[in-house]
Amino acid sequence: MEPPEGDGQRDQPTPSLWPIGLAVGVVCLLVGLVVSWVAVAVGAALFAIFGFLWARDVASGHRAPEAEAAEAEATPAAGEEPAERFPRNVFLETATIAIGALIGLIVTAPVLAASVLNAFLKQHGHDVDLGPIENFPEGQYMIATFQSDPHTGTIGHRSAFIRYNGPKDGEPSFTCISNRCVHLGCPVQPGGPTFDKEQKKVPTKHGPVTLVPSLPAAGFICPCHGGAYDQEGNRIAGPPTHALNRFEFSIVDGRLVLQSLYSVSHVEGTGANAQITKYVLTGPGQHVDGPEAWLYPLQPPH
Amino acid sequence: MARKPPSKTKQAVMYPLDWLEERSGIVGGVKYFLFRKVPGDTNWFHTLGSATLTAFIVQLVTGVILAMYYKPSPAEAHSSVQHITNDVTLGWLVRGMHRWGASVFIILMFLHMGRVFLFGAYKYPRELNWIVGVLLLATGLFEGLTGYLLPFDQTAYWATVVAININGTAPFVGPFLASLLRGGAEIGPDTLARFYSLHMLVIPGALMALIGLHLYLVVRLGVSSPPWSDEAAGREREPEPPPSRAGLVQPRPRAGLPGRPTE
Repeated sequence: MEPPEGDGQRDQPTPSLWPIGLAVGVVCLLVGLVVSWVAVAVGAALFAIFGFLWARDVASGHRAPEAEAAEAEATPAAGEEPAERFPRNVFLETATIAIGALIGLIVTAPVLAASVLNAFLKQHGHDVDLGPIENFPEGQYMIATFQSDPHTGTIGHRSAFIRYNGPKDGEPSFTCISNRCVHLGCPVQPGGPTFDKEQKKVPTKHGPVTLVPSLPAAGFICPCHGGAYDQEGNRIAGPPTHALNRFEFSIVDGRLVLQSLYSVSHVEGTGANAQITKYVLTGPGQHVDGPEAWLYPLQPPH
Repeated sequence: MARKPPSKTKQAVMYPLDWLEERSGIVGGVKYFLFRKVPGDTNWFHTLGSATLTAFIVQLVTGVILAMYYKPSPAEAHSSVQHITNDVTLGWLVRGMHRWGASVFIILMFLHMGRVFLFGAYKYPRELNWIVGVLLLATGLFEGLTGYLLPFDQTAYWATVVAININGTAPFVGPFLASLLRGGAEIGPDTLARFYSLHMLVIPGALMALIGLHLYLVVRLGVSSPPWSDEAAGREREPEPPPSRAGLVQPRPRAGLPGRPTE
């Protein structure tokens, strides 16, 4: 039967269970990403099967009216007498479109470059001088607050937990942990007392560096969502995906210099003997190892 | 039979309107918009869309005033907001309207969406308007996100850090999305100016365009009757078949109106 026109209804596909199967497949797939690869495979199979069945049902119900509509559209266009087209006509039309597109491109390029591309170019960290290494007593964590980028003012202030581990192979060994939680980027706090009265201001060429001794007996704790790390930065509880990020460092003229950040999946051992499993710096909340890391194959320049 | 000429007052009112109508057709357009037919049994729930629009207009007006005093640089942002709150005449009220109005706008959007969903007003032929509405919801939420940074206090800063990093966890594109939002690898002065530009230029422009499209579709397709209405799209509705006790689910003919027997 033909549906009467304008009654606010369209002939609809019969009620179907396929969407429910599809939803189950999606849930199974997403849970499987976290739980197991078997569940992912089952979910993907369910998704494909029920998706196909649903699409087939929907398409078979609607093919006829769509084809009719297409025909109805095509017919009057064919019935109308098309205006005579001269080569000059076609040329002018093409030229107008081409010039318009060219102008659009010329305008779009600088707009995209300044608004989008600029966020990915010339992104490089700055080395930070933390002052003479004598300021770091052996085995003591110091909270260093410094200017990460000399051009950004107070918004460029960053903090790191620095511990001198004593000499190793004739070189001074440091643990330089970033204070940014690898869950979502909040500043983690030492799980223990900080000795604000013993703070030191060390002058450097990019402004003073503040050093506050601290005793993070319980490791580091994030106030935002309860992420907890041990004293080497290993995740011990909460939502973080891996260990705290660390800074590369070097000793220049007896001064500790922080360099670029890198991500760490986990640390074995402590202090100077720590075995650090390093990864390229990834953003907070992004896995660096395991199958979940496959979701983040590329990183923008840091 | 001589018709009484219109009074001088009426002439004085009608002359400029007729002048405008003859040259633009705008008076007829406004009349068409305001006096179009709607189903007789619309109710208060149908006003949620207009309420949302009103909340948006309040945000536009108060936002323009706030922009007269706000300074989008890290050094000055917070102090300029303090200036608005404490020094500008009734500035606290305008800021309060904008701040609380933002929540009102979002809440009304959800209520309006709930009304449309529960009344089934998203169905044919109004699916496209539902899609435009979903875009409006997403754009409105993005407006809320970008506005949250602007007071530039500790709450604003760390909430934005977390919000950007949540974006960063999206598979594949996440890290790039986060860099794009920050305007670089780290949150810096550019991030604040970027959010300010998005918040007061880009997103409101998108919202206005989408609202225009939304209203165009509302006017073109008309307002739907409530589900309990005796009318369907302005016509008398066929009675439902009497309920049977045979089973929980009754097979129902699908072609044409619900309940109409198939021929």
